[in-house]
Amino acid sequence: MKNKIILSVLLLFFTFCFVVLYKGLNNSNIYVPETKIEKTLIKFNSIDLYSGNKVSSDQIFVGSEYYVLNIWSSWCVPCREEHPKLIKLSKNKSIKLIGLNYRDNPKNAKKFIKEFGDPYFVIIKDTKGIISVDLGAIGVPETFIINKDKKIIKRFLGSLSEKSLNEINLIIK
Amino acid sequence: MKLSTFLLIILITFNFTNLNSEENNDKIKNKISKNIRCLICQGQSVYDSQSDFAVSIKLIIDKKLNEGLNENEIYDFLKNQYGEWISYDPEFNKKTFILWILPILLFFIGGAIIVKKFIVQKR
Amino acid sequence: MLAHQIGYYSLILGFFFSILIIPISIKNFNNRNKVIDNKVFSLSFFQFFFVLVSFFGLILSFVNSDFSNETVFKNSHTTKPLFYKISGTWGNHEGSLLLWLLVLTLFIFIFLIKSTNQPKKYRILTLLFQQVIIIGFFLFLLKTSNPFNYLFPVPKEGLGLNPILQDPALAIHPPILYLGYVGSSIIFSSSLAAVVEKHISTVWAKHIKFWILVSWVFLTFGIMLGSIWAYYELGWGGFWFWDPVENVSLMPWFCLTALLHCILVLEKRSMLGSWTIILSIATFMLSMSGTFLVRSGILNSVHTFANDPERGIFILIFLFLLILFSLVIFFVFHKEKDQKIVKINWSSKEATILFNNWFLMYFLSVVLIGTVYPIFLEVLSDEKISVGPPFYYKLIIPFLIPFLFFMSIGPNLNWIKSEIKKIKIQIVLSFAISLLISFVILNQIGFVGLINSILILATFYLFFITIKDFFLKKFKNYSQIFSHFGFSLLILSILFNSILSSEKTINLKVGEEFSFREETITFESIESIQNKNYKSIVGYFKIKDKKNNYVQLKPELRIYNQPVMITSEADIKTTLYYDKFLVMNLVKDYEYFNVRYQVKPFMIWIWISTLLLVVGGFLSLFKRSYEK
Repeated sequence: MKNKIILSVLLLFFTFCFVVLYKGLNNSNIYVPETKIEKTLIKFNSIDLYSGNKVSSDQIFVGSEYYVLNIWSSWCVPCREEHPKLIKLSKNKSIKLIGLNYRDNPKNAKKFIKEFGDPYFVIIKDTKGIISVDLGAIGVPETFIINKDKKIIKRFLGSLSEKSLNEINLIIK
Repeated sequence: MKLSTFLLIILITFNFTNLNSEENNDKIKNKISKNIRCLICQGQSVYDSQSDFAVSIKLIIDKKLNEGLNENEIYDFLKNQYGEWISYDPEFNKKTFILWILPILLFFIGGAIIVKKFIVQKR
Repeated sequence: MLAHQIGYYSLILGFFFSILIIPISIKNFNNRNKVIDNKVFSLSFFQFFFVLVSFFGLILSFVNSDFSNETVFKNSHTTKPLFYKISGTWGNHEGSLLLWLLVLTLFIFIFLIKSTNQPKKYRILTLLFQQVIIIGFFLFLLKTSNPFNYLFPVPKEGLGLNPILQDPALAIHPPILYLGYVGSSIIFSSSLAAVVEKHISTVWAKHIKFWILVSWVFLTFGIMLGSIWAYYELGWGGFWFWDPVENVSLMPWFCLTALLHCILVLEKRSMLGSWTIILSIATFMLSMSGTFLVRSGILNSVHTFANDPERGIFILIFLFLLILFSLVIFFVFHKEKDQKIVKINWSSKEATILFNNWFLMYFLSVVLIGTVYPIFLEVLSDEKISVGPPFYYKLIIPFLIPFLFFMSIGPNLNWIKSEIKKIKIQIVLSFAISLLISFVILNQIGFVGLINSILILATFYLFFITIKDFFLKKFKNYSQIFSHFGFSLLILSILFNSILSSEKTINLKVGEEFSFREETITFESIESIQNKNYKSIVGYFKIKDKKNNYVQLKPELRIYNQPVMITSEADIKTTLYYDKFLVMNLVKDYEYFNVRYQVKPFMIWIWISTLLLVVGGFLSLFKRSYEK
């Protein structure tokens, strides 16, 4: 009798493990940031790519309904793919598109802009990648949608797809 | 190198009063970066990785150390930015207490079984 | 190509034989003969033979760069050196499974030949249970991981093997490791057979000890090779990262080590039979779970094979069917009252072995829970956490202390009972010496924490007791002395290496130098060389100490062409006292290099002591054949 109890308990236990592991198989392993809580954009200082002037985030994130912060680099291949979408997005006058140039050589960055176009209101430098970490970003390309209260309301990892672009357009309506 | 020379070097170099603060900083920085996961890598710590993300994190750790934050504060900062997943040392909270307690529990259960089966005689 | 065809059809033939074995052996089981029919031997031989031919077919396809074969296409390249073309055969998912099959079929054949002094029915049952596993693998291979898929049109060039895997240690690491894993399949099958045939006895223990030893030796050696490779190839001076794939090889090792000790009790005292069976089942189940964890994509690791959930599902189902199968057999056929339950005296060898098993199971649970908990947490509550080195160290290190202590005492106790009064002066003396040495050393290196200090003491105790055993013990068991000594040396080397290691990371341009402790490191020059399938950039560094002795280190950067990848090869100068480890990396857009210099005392002793462990186990194999 005792044996039967132990056997049933063990069978139950292993069935439970099986179900969990089966579900676990279908889970993605890719890091997805938590977007449940809206975090406030922290204050940061940077340098303008073209003028070389010091610029604070307080000066940039003012005077608009929505801000789109796009982290990009000249050496990043997916950034080229999404760039035309950014150009399209920049036509919308109710938003400010800010470019954060991540761990890049300024010369190469400027060349990139010259070749592919400048959708940005301002481009600031993040040479060491520290500002990105302060924002909680993990790499390039990455795009943040920020509202007028400086709250980060949406994050896109990787190159912007058509779907993401539609989502952005819905938000900034 | 002769054994005696080597031992002499060990004696000199590991006299901790000689460690300068830069080396100490390095030691802590390495310790922290070994405990932080590189989020864009497949199972590497920030210490082991040379990816952009890892390099940026290492710079941040340096910056925070220079600002005077201690080890735990740095972990807290990074966990705040990126979530629990970034730290290799799981916290002890209601989501993870099973993780920490279960092995110990099993240990005691094992001990109890052994005592019962082999010290208390069965017929 | 011909090799491909032969390989594929051979595999099918092998599968055909594996199925045929079933009815023939069942008939053999039921007949009155005292011995196994020759037909059974021939069938299992042909099963192995055709898998072997298939394996060679795959090797030839790799050697000939036959890109009409999908596996070859995905994992090889015409510019690969011959040795790595061959080792590439098993360096991928499909090929490694074929290797599993090869060893599975080989081992069961050897088992049949070697076990002639065991009861016929037991041997046939072992064969039948093993066939369940073998057929499962055949199905897995043929259905989801066929190494002989055709590609048309035939590509001109392959996608190349990951350059990190082009390494001698890593080339032989899988075969050796699989010999360990698959050995545990024989233990599994024969344990289940022993349960059904009520053959759990001293005779069976003596016979199965061979397979336990063989598995254990290969598994230990395989793990060591993997660590050595990680040390000098992954480039950061670490050799164990508590990465899921590493943990997955460690878990069966804990079980196997426990089994190794437990089988001694079964042999000498006819006790712990049930527990032996449970351990045997657990060892193989862990090996199989390991296969699931690293091939299914469920875990995030630097070592994982290409991920494919379909394969994961197959292995998961197969694994749980096997667990179900073993549970049913155990509970239906195993009668506890057949086993003697005798009281164990506290001061006896059996007690310390029981203790050893208890602790090893604890270590197993720590590693198992640490590895799979994140999966369970994520499925059940959608939270992601990471479990890494700090968790394992915190839970394992304190428990090592009593573990080491009982490892020292155990061999010096008698079976059944030892009189405490008669505890020899040698044991106390060894303790005194360890205390003294630990005190002296801790004085020199400074305070390392209470637990670490006691750990050092406990390890030295094991160290000195095994030395005393080697010289002074009356009835010496050399294999046990070597292995226990090796283990103490391993813990000591790891401890001191970790406490005394130091490093400096700095950005350096050619021509610059920096100083670290008593040494000056100069970045003298760089050289660029074009090799067969990569371009290499070698940095020449001179490390000078106070007395102007110098050492040259040449770390290298390799830029591969297929696939495009940059790897960093450290240069290591190894002596008995320390390793000097230098690695450099490009810093994007800048002219300087990021250089990391490490001094790691006693590094080589970590490998030497693991080898000693293996040698001890190996000696035991020879002792047995001498005994016969």
